[in-house]
Amino acid sequence: MPAIKSTCNEFRVNAGDAIRNRQLQTSLAKLGDGFQASRAAAVKELPEFEQLRDEARNIKRHVMTNLDTYLVQFEEKVLESGGRVHWASTPQQARETILSICRGACAKTVTKGKSMVSEEIGLNDFLAEQGIEPVETDLGEYILQLRKEAPSHIVAPAVHLSQQQIRQTFVDAHTQFAGPRDLSTAESLVDEARKVLRNRFFQADVGITGANYLIAETGSTVIVTNEGNGDLTQTLPKVHIVLTTIERVIPTLRDLSAFLRLLARSATGQEATAYVSLSTGPKREQDLHGPEEFHVVLLDNGRSKLLGTEDQDVLNCIRCGACMNHCPVYASVGGHAYGWVYPGPIGAALTPALIGLQQSADLPNASTFCGRCVQVCPVKIPLTDIMRRWRSREHSGKLSSPLQRALLRLWAVCALHPHVYHFIARLGVLIMYRLGRRKNRFRFLLFAQAWTQYRDFPAPQPKTFHAVIKKSGGIRYE
Amino acid sequence: MRTGNRPEVALFVTCLVDMFRPNVGLAAVQLLARSGCEVVVPKHQTCCGQPAYNTGDDKVARRIAGQTIEILENYAHIVVPSGSCAGMLKEHYPKLFASEPDWSGRAKALAAKTYELTDFLVNVLGFDNVRAHYDGRVCYHDSCAGLRELGIKEQPRTLLKGVDGMSSVPLRDEEVCCGFGGLFCIKYPEVSGEMVGRKVKNIVASGADTLLAGDLGCLLNIAGKLTREGCNIRVWHVAEVLAGMTSGRAIGESEKRSAGN
Repeated sequence: MPAIKSTCNEFRVNAGDAIRNRQLQTSLAKLGDGFQASRAAAVKELPEFEQLRDEARNIKRHVMTNLDTYLVQFEEKVLESGGRVHWASTPQQARETILSICRGACAKTVTKGKSMVSEEIGLNDFLAEQGIEPVETDLGEYILQLRKEAPSHIVAPAVHLSQQQIRQTFVDAHTQFAGPRDLSTAESLVDEARKVLRNRFFQADVGITGANYLIAETGSTVIVTNEGNGDLTQTLPKVHIVLTTIERVIPTLRDLSAFLRLLARSATGQEATAYVSLSTGPKREQDLHGPEEFHVVLLDNGRSKLLGTEDQDVLNCIRCGACMNHCPVYASVGGHAYGWVYPGPIGAALTPALIGLQQSADLPNASTFCGRCVQVCPVKIPLTDIMRRWRSREHSGKLSSPLQRALLRLWAVCALHPHVYHFIARLGVLIMYRLGRRKNRFRFLLFAQAWTQYRDFPAPQPKTFHAVIKKSGGIRYE
Repeated sequence: MRTGNRPEVALFVTCLVDMFRPNVGLAAVQLLARSGCEVVVPKHQTCCGQPAYNTGDDKVARRIAGQTIEILENYAHIVVPSGSCAGMLKEHYPKLFASEPDWSGRAKALAAKTYELTDFLVNVLGFDNVRAHYDGRVCYHDSCAGLRELGIKEQPRTLLKGVDGMSSVPLRDEEVCCGFGGLFCIKYPEVSGEMVGRKVKNIVASGADTLLAGDLGCLLNIAGKLTREGCNIRVWHVAEVLAGMTSGRAIGESEKRSAGN
C-alpha cells in the first residue's frame, strides 16, 4: 500500500481548480520558455544525442533483464567498501529500516537531499512522529517543507510557486531574522536559506540522500545536483543513508557517462549539473571527511512485479522530468492535480503499477496521446503505449464508467454494420445541418455539453461525404 | 506523375470528414484525381476504430480494424486526409494484431501502403501542380499524430507554396497539442478547454486571418473555440485550400465574407 495518500481519483476536480488558479498558471507558463527551450538548445549542440538515447535505453533494458545479478554485485561491492545494503519490499520496511539506523545513531536531526523515493514512503512525517526532525536541504524541498506541501515536479519541486509566495514563506518561517530585510531577489532568498541551512547541516546526526544511479562494479551511489546540498548532507553527519529503488542500478562507471550526458540536458538543458557526487562506502582512514557509517536502503514497492512484463520499460526512467516539461496536460494543471508522487506522463504510466489502477485510473486517461513525452524521453520509454495498456486493463476489469461503456458498445455496433452506420450518419447530419445552418455552429448541444461548455461545435455541411459521392458519378464508389 | 497506368488509390475518408466536413473528402478526391490517380471510395468503410482503441476496448478495436482491413486491402494505395486516422492504420493496426499471426501480416501489408494525404501527394506522387488561389495570412497547426507518428511537417507546407495570394505567418507552439485528443475532449472537458484556449491565444497573436491543419478533429476543436471567443479567423482543412475549394463557408464560419476568395 502507498505510504502517502493519493488523490489521483479526484483528478478532474483538482485539474479544474488548478486551471482556475491564476498564480499557478503564471508559474506553469515558465515551463515553455524555461525547460523546453533550454533542452532544445542543449540537444541541438550534441549531434550524437539520438545515439545516446538508444545507448541508454539498451543499457537499461540489459540491466532490467539481469537486475538480480547487478543488484547482488552492487551489494557485494558495498560490503567490500565497508557499507551495508538493506532490502525493503514495502514502504513500511524502508521506514522501519531507516528509523532503526537513526535510533542507532541517537539521531535528533536528519538532513535530507532531494529524494522522490522519500516522498513515496512518506518519510518526513514518519520521522517527525518518531521524534526525529527531518530537514530538507534542497532549496525547493526546503521551501515546500516550510509550507507543508508536496513537490509538484520531480526535478523542480517548487515550480508551482511564485517568488512572492516564497518570500512570504521565509518571512513567516525565519523569525530569527527580526525586522525588515531585502528579499526582493532570487539571490537574497537563496542567501537567507543558505544561512539557515548552514547550521542545520552541522547539527545533523544522519544525512539521507537519494541516488540517481547505483554503480554495480564499484558499489558507488551517485547523486546529480546543482546546489551542493547533497554533498553536505552525505559527508558531514556521522551516518549516511542512501534511500533508493532497485531499478537505479547500472553496470559500470562507463555506463554512467552516457546517462550523465543525457540527464542534465534532458532535465534542465545543462551540459552537466554543477555537482556529480559519488559515494563509495564510509570514510576511510586516509579520508579527511565522510560518514562513519554508509547504508543503502533498496526499496522495491511493486517495481519487481513489472519485470518481464510488457510495461517493463517504465522502469528505465531516469527521472529527468522532460516528459512533464513537454506535456500540455501537465502544463495546464501542474503536478499536484495528478494526486501522487510522480506527476505527468511518467506518473500516468508508473502510478497504477505502484498504488493500483483502481486508485489511479484517471491518470493514464488524462492524456491526448499527443506523443511529445515519447519524443523527448531520454531513454525512449513508450509512455503512451503503456498508458494505453492501463486503459485496456481498466476496460477489461470493468473499472471504466458504465455509461461510457454502453455508449461505446452502441457506437461499435454501428461501426461494424456499414449500412446502419451510414443511415444514422446521414440522418444525424441532416438534423444537425437543419438546426445549425443559420449560425453554422452550436453554442449548446444536447448530450455534448462537455464540448459546448468550453467551445462551439461547428455545424456540419448538408450531406455526408458518402451521400455526396454516391450521387456524383465519375469516381468508383464500390 | 502521369504514367500509362494510373495509380489506384482508395480514399479512407474518416468518420469525422464523412459527417462534419465532406468538403475535405471532395477536396482529397479532386487533388488525387488531378495528380493522375484513379480514385476509389470503398462504400462500406466506417471508422478506423480509434474511439475503442483509445478507451482500451481492444476487442472491439480489433473487430473494426479487421473489417477496415478487409475493405481496403485489395487496393494499391490507401490515402487518408488525417494524420490521426492514417496513424491508426499505419502504426496501430499492426500493434493490435501483433499476437495474431493470421491478421498480423495483413495489418502490416495495409500499413505499408497507407498514406496521409499530403505525404502521399508530395512523397509518392511528387505532385507540384496545386493551382489554387487563397487570399489570406495563414498559420499552420501541426496535428500530433501526423507530426509524431508519421512525420508530417514539411509536406503540407511544400504544397501550400503553390497557392497564390497566400502568405504564411509563424505560429507559436505550432507543435503543441490543441487538446482535442478524441474522447479526451469530452472526458476531461476543462483540461481540453484550457489547452485549446492556449492554442487560440497563439493563433490570435500570430496575426493570421486563417488557420490550417490536416486533421478534422483538431480543426473542429480549434474552430469551435475561435468562434466561442468571438475571433474572426477562418479555419480550413489544408486539402480544401490546396484544391481551391474555399468558396463556401469555412469550418464553423457564420457568414461568408464578401471580399476575398
